[in-house]
Amino acid sequence: MPLERHEVEKIAHLARLTLDEAQIPFYASNLSKILDLVAHISEAQTDNIVPMAHPLEELTQRMRKDEVTEIDERDRFLAIAPSTEAGLYLVPKVIDSE
Amino acid sequence: MQWEVVIGLEVHAQLKTKSKIFSGAATAYGAAPNTQACAIDLGMPGVLPVLNEEAVRMAVRFGLATSCQIAKRSVFARKNYFYPDLPKGYQISQYELPIVHQGHLDIEINGQTKRIGITRAHLEEDAGKSLHEEFHNLSGIDLNRAGTPLLEIVSEPDLRSAEEAVAYLKILHALVVQLDICDGNMQEGSFRCDANVSIRPKGQKEFGTRTETKNINSFRYVEQAINCEIERQIGVLEGGGSIRQTTLLFDPVKQKSRVMRDKEEANDYRYFPDPDLLPVQIDDQYIQAVKDDLPELPQEKRQRFIEEYKLSSYDASVLTADRDIAHYFESVVNSIGKKEPKLVANWVMGDLSASLNKADLTMSESPVSASDLGQLLMRILDNTISGKIAKTVFEAMWNKEGTADSIIEKKGLKQVTDLGAIEKIIDEVIANNAEQAEQYRQGNERVFGFFVGQVMKLSQGKANPAQVNELLKKKLS
Amino acid sequence: MNNLTLAKLSEELTKKTFSSVELTQHFLQRIKQYDKTLNSFITVTEQTALEQAKVADATRASGKAGRLTGIPIAQKDIFCTQDIKTTCGSKMLDNFIAPYTATVVDKMAKDGCVMLGKTNMDEFAMGSSNETSFYGPVRNPWNTDTVPGGSSGGSAAAVAARLAPGSTGTDTGGSIRQPAALCGISGLKPTYGRISRYGMIAFASSLDQAGPFAQTAEDLAILLNSMAGFDPRDSTSANIPVPDYTAKLNESLAGKTIGLPKEYFEQGLDKNVEARVQDAIKVYEKLGAKIVSVSLPTSPLAVAVYYVVASAECSSNLSRFDGVRYGYRCENPKDLEDLYKRSRSEGFGDEVKRRIMVGTYALSSGYYDAYYIKAQKMRKLISDDFKRAFEKVDFLLGPTAPTPAFKIGEKMSDPVSMYLSDIYTIATNLAGLPGLSIPCGFVNDLPVGIQLMGKQFDESTILNAAHLYQQETNWHQIAPKDFA
Repeated sequence: MPLERHEVEKIAHLARLTLDEAQIPFYASNLSKILDLVAHISEAQTDNIVPMAHPLEELTQRMRKDEVTEIDERDRFLAIAPSTEAGLYLVPKVIDSE
Repeated sequence: MQWEVVIGLEVHAQLKTKSKIFSGAATAYGAAPNTQACAIDLGMPGVLPVLNEEAVRMAVRFGLATSCQIAKRSVFARKNYFYPDLPKGYQISQYELPIVHQGHLDIEINGQTKRIGITRAHLEEDAGKSLHEEFHNLSGIDLNRAGTPLLEIVSEPDLRSAEEAVAYLKILHALVVQLDICDGNMQEGSFRCDANVSIRPKGQKEFGTRTETKNINSFRYVEQAINCEIERQIGVLEGGGSIRQTTLLFDPVKQKSRVMRDKEEANDYRYFPDPDLLPVQIDDQYIQAVKDDLPELPQEKRQRFIEEYKLSSYDASVLTADRDIAHYFESVVNSIGKKEPKLVANWVMGDLSASLNKADLTMSESPVSASDLGQLLMRILDNTISGKIAKTVFEAMWNKEGTADSIIEKKGLKQVTDLGAIEKIIDEVIANNAEQAEQYRQGNERVFGFFVGQVMKLSQGKANPAQVNELLKKKLS
Repeated sequence: MNNLTLAKLSEELTKKTFSSVELTQHFLQRIKQYDKTLNSFITVTEQTALEQAKVADATRASGKAGRLTGIPIAQKDIFCTQDIKTTCGSKMLDNFIAPYTATVVDKMAKDGCVMLGKTNMDEFAMGSSNETSFYGPVRNPWNTDTVPGGSSGGSAAAVAARLAPGSTGTDTGGSIRQPAALCGISGLKPTYGRISRYGMIAFASSLDQAGPFAQTAEDLAILLNSMAGFDPRDSTSANIPVPDYTAKLNESLAGKTIGLPKEYFEQGLDKNVEARVQDAIKVYEKLGAKIVSVSLPTSPLAVAVYYVVASAECSSNLSRFDGVRYGYRCENPKDLEDLYKRSRSEGFGDEVKRRIMVGTYALSSGYYDAYYIKAQKMRKLISDDFKRAFEKVDFLLGPTAPTPAFKIGEKMSDPVSMYLSDIYTIATNLAGLPGLSIPCGFVNDLPVGIQLMGKQFDESTILNAAHLYQQETNWHQIAPKDFA
């Protein structure tokens, strides 16, 4: 099932990846091959089967006590960041504020 | 064309846990940027989330207080999108299996009770903040808020006006504060509202296309934003256009909403269960323990006020809308031996509230304490002073001139109840106003008020009004 | 020294035949000498290693030593190590100095391990040949024109060439077992949840597991004792006690039943590889085990299911690499979109981008049910297949990889053919079961491995079976002669 160019571009955008012109056919064909492999799963009979998200089916989420256990390590974290100022991470201007 | 408005509200209430929902970093408001963002909150490679038990407990508390179904098994899901205040590139939220769902909240509107459905409430983590002002062409990201627990409360589209929406929000707000799960501080962003608004021709069953106005943080702005959007949509539809499903931001200064640029196309969030977390399992015992720990809920309190104090539905609603007001009211009632709750209600809703509003104070800041007011009301009940004089005394108490008794004593405001003394005054007034007395006897009832006024004047307001009335009537007939 | 097993080295350290410092220097010297050819290390932590060795010697002197005190170990560069470059084989993290240490590394350090360095790997653990690394391919010490397997190619090659007595890897679809087979060494992937994932850079969260490489099953058991255990910082970590994995190594196999999944012996398996596996089966018969055939009917679809689940999870796990808080950032981003797109496109290699795109597609609106949900349902069927088989047998045995090591570059243009080299290992990741690979012979002078797969949390059984096999054979003692 070959992928169309616009589909490849849409997926790339959702994943915030750019593919240059030369690469698009290559990606489209590779992806299509992989999706063909993967499409075989539709052959299996899975009515009434509960999806298994985890190999540890009997386990449930552990909960931790509500207490502050982390200290301020801002300087160490900022030291490995590409661009910071006044204790903030800098990015190109964000248009919409929340 | 007659239009009907359909409104659904999504409220994000920040839960007041000490630490974040998935990490042990602090949640306190106002810290210096990025000093409360640990490796997990920053989305460092290799870190993993662990769930805060208090966030779950608070969500269940809310569910029980709104008659929701509590999910014994709920699942955390990833909502995937890119934004600088979202460090992992996904938000951990709940999608198909939220912790609570299918409940309701009752509101009072135009003297009627209306039931508003709550579709669901789920747990999720908050994002960080972007700051735009100081940096030329750049934004600064502060991730202190990232990871703070939120309870997203989604209402059914049962609201039909901005007024109803605000009534619902106020009750919801009071509830989360009363349940001690949220501090309700809207300026600090602890309680944020998204309004989904659509209109349809009256009588039509299908909903119209809705728009979403996001992150409104005051009741007043919610009302304005909704009304502004209703007006806009009517304008568009009546002009022959159609409504596009957009996300808006309301500007309270311009009193207009604008479209959020990066959300024009519906985002594909690609929800799937978070594989770093396991399903949350709670049992009946857990739910019962949370139930046992619930404070009296506003609707229960309201009902109790109606039954125990014989108050009207309206009075009960007003007095239970705020936890502090309800507490104050009951303290006063108790301090006067549970007598005359109606009198207490009148004073709390009347003189006290008016004074608080004028001075822009909350009940907890009242200069007149519950026991002080109680003492004042006792003096009305035991006929020491009249209700009218009490207002003067109250004003003096408000200005910190002393207790009720000390003020009454100092200003010599004791009511005159000695029948003999009153009779003497009445005789004098009648004697001096023979013409009016004749008018009264001729059938002019309104003159009676004149006589009452004169008697009160002569007695410097201290004569017991009930006795004056009775005696005057006798003497004038 | 370098040909001694970890267990033997530990004994010699106790006997004071040499010190940890001497032992560490020996391996550091070998790395200097041979790693230019192999490229199995990204970072060699010489100074740290010698400091740790000194401390270990002091600990030994004070009589407080454990079995691993002073033993040099190589760590896959997927484990965060505080203040040390942690690259995950990617340009995206070429400048990443980790601010904290992974639980596994911490535990091993507390038990006295000496860290020689961080090993090369397929980028973000995605690959079966260690050819996708930003730092260049790793070469198989048995034939340097061939691949060592992946994604833990560096860790496997290092142990095979005796540059380290033990190393760590991670296994999501076979990334410990397959390189172990291609490099002629022993490697173990424990049950999902046995070892903490905290600090292990995530590829596919519900499949990833850390595990040891070494020359023998006994060595694997010693390392597993240190690595395993509940971690409150990992919600998927199992809170069950850690037995002494060395305790049952010599238990007899008499009375035990071994299952051979018939689907693992069908087409796709190189005839010569199959012959070596059959030889191994004969050894097990001699050891007293009963051999039966079992069926895992869902086997043909396992690779497809894996590529949906693993890609979906990784597409989300890798979203955090955006050039904002750490890692690679493109030059002069003109706006936010540009920052994201160029940082990610320039920072990630092709295979990573491919998998992110497949995963994004599988989760996207309209496809979620057909791909992701369907795959998770298949996963249940795969798990049930194993459960049914284990009702009749104690463990399963089969080939680890369908062929011996292939040539560098041979499969790079066809991703699907690369994916099929994991065909026998993938199902155990989906079911979360333990599996190990041990050498069982050679084909064209290249090593071949057999895989043992066990019940949930039953590592002891497969380690025992592997150990007994290694008492009867000496494949595990043969080292590549070019690195002797």
